[in-house]
Amino acid sequence: MSDVRNSNLKPETGAFFQRDRDWHPAAFTPGYKTSVLRSPQKALLSLDNTLSEITGPVFGHNILGEHDNDLITNFAKPGEMAIGPRIIVYGRVLDERGKGVPGALLEFWQANAGGRYRHRKEGYIAPLDPNFGGCGRTITDEDGNYSFRTIQPGPYPWPNGINDWRPAHIHFSVFGHGFAQRLITQMYFDGDPMIWQCPIVKTINDRAAIEALTAALDREATIPMDSRAYKFDIVLRGRRSTMFENRMEGN
Amino acid sequence: MAQSLNRLKESASQTAGPYVHIGLTPNFAEIDGVYGEDLGISMVNDKTRGERVTIVGRIFDGTGTPLRDALVEIWQADAAGLYNSPSEMRGSADPNFTGWGRCATNMDNGEFRFETIKPGSVPFKDGRGQAPHVSFWIVARGINLGLNTRMYFGDEDEANGKDPVLARVEHRSRVATLIAPREGDTFRFDIHLQGEKETIFFDI
Repeated sequence: MSDVRNSNLKPETGAFFQRDRDWHPAAFTPGYKTSVLRSPQKALLSLDNTLSEITGPVFGHNILGEHDNDLITNFAKPGEMAIGPRIIVYGRVLDERGKGVPGALLEFWQANAGGRYRHRKEGYIAPLDPNFGGCGRTITDEDGNYSFRTIQPGPYPWPNGINDWRPAHIHFSVFGHGFAQRLITQMYFDGDPMIWQCPIVKTINDRAAIEALTAALDREATIPMDSRAYKFDIVLRGRRSTMFENRMEGN
Repeated sequence: MAQSLNRLKESASQTAGPYVHIGLTPNFAEIDGVYGEDLGISMVNDKTRGERVTIVGRIFDGTGTPLRDALVEIWQADAAGLYNSPSEMRGSADPNFTGWGRCATNMDNGEFRFETIKPGSVPFKDGRGQAPHVSFWIVARGINLGLNTRMYFGDEDEANGKDPVLARVEHRSRVATLIAPREGDTFRFDIHLQGEKETIFFDI
């Protein structure tokens, strides 16, 4: 299923760096109310990677349709487009060693310009845009680059506190090369004052970790008279070299 | 000052939220016509080698209520114990088996379901065989970082008894939370996020 497999790059087979779970949000974050009953209370069992964690699915370009990375048109009627501020989101998928991650499948989803999601369980009074579905996907190139076109989503109220609003955000799901790299996160927009008020953002303790989820406006990448651009790099777990890997139990 | 290690920090996780289906299973979310079919809904075809089995289950919160907005992915070896991955160096996995599946839990009853095959044994780091198992990754509203667990098969008592990962579980009464009982061709794997029956989750 993979282009990566057919490339001349030697596949990497090392275990992944340990996750820094103080950098990631904790499971139990009562300011985000739903986490209270959905967080494990017992300690996680630490497991240095076996083949089951080191390996993972890799996807080929054959799964992609022509408009999968263009949310302005991929749900629109012929000749029509989604309403809202037109933007390009681009960046690189890297690992913690700074190496580009080629062949990484990225999937993204978002509300429309008014903050309304196209979902049966969602009842916000802002209307649906008949030309906007809200999903897209792409695969990184050999250097880890990706890009897609969309409209900037609007902020969105949600039943947590009485008056909680999500900042404008785009959800990202990322596959690297191993199942242990699997990651879902959210991208925020530079300068949005709602970021620092959001109970979901505040599940992350480290300000630098939040800033790393905030996309920068890039005037050099805008298309004049067409679309502005936001740059959003995503970092996946790095992995150990296998050159001195032994086979002893217990590290 | 020593040299910098020049490492980056992993992007911090955020919850998948209640509308994860829009992005990962849009057809399930009734967003038709963008993708032909949802990714990961079929793992096998007519030619897949191995014993066909069904894995079903539900995910329960701390009150015992099933999650009806979760998304589950599984990753497993083929019948010979090989992974369909570029990092698999021991040989070529069954080309008719993806090894990877994705399922949104049912919006009414919370059930997830995978039509798959029973995996073969995969070696542990020291070469010992691991018991057949399926890796699970669970995301949902209220889960800030995807939860990793493993499902073992209830008809593999002997292999489970020798499994090097299960052997690491200090509180032996908790081992049962990772073992799915067999009912015909179906293995039922219920996951409890917290409380007395809390499933073992891994930091992998």
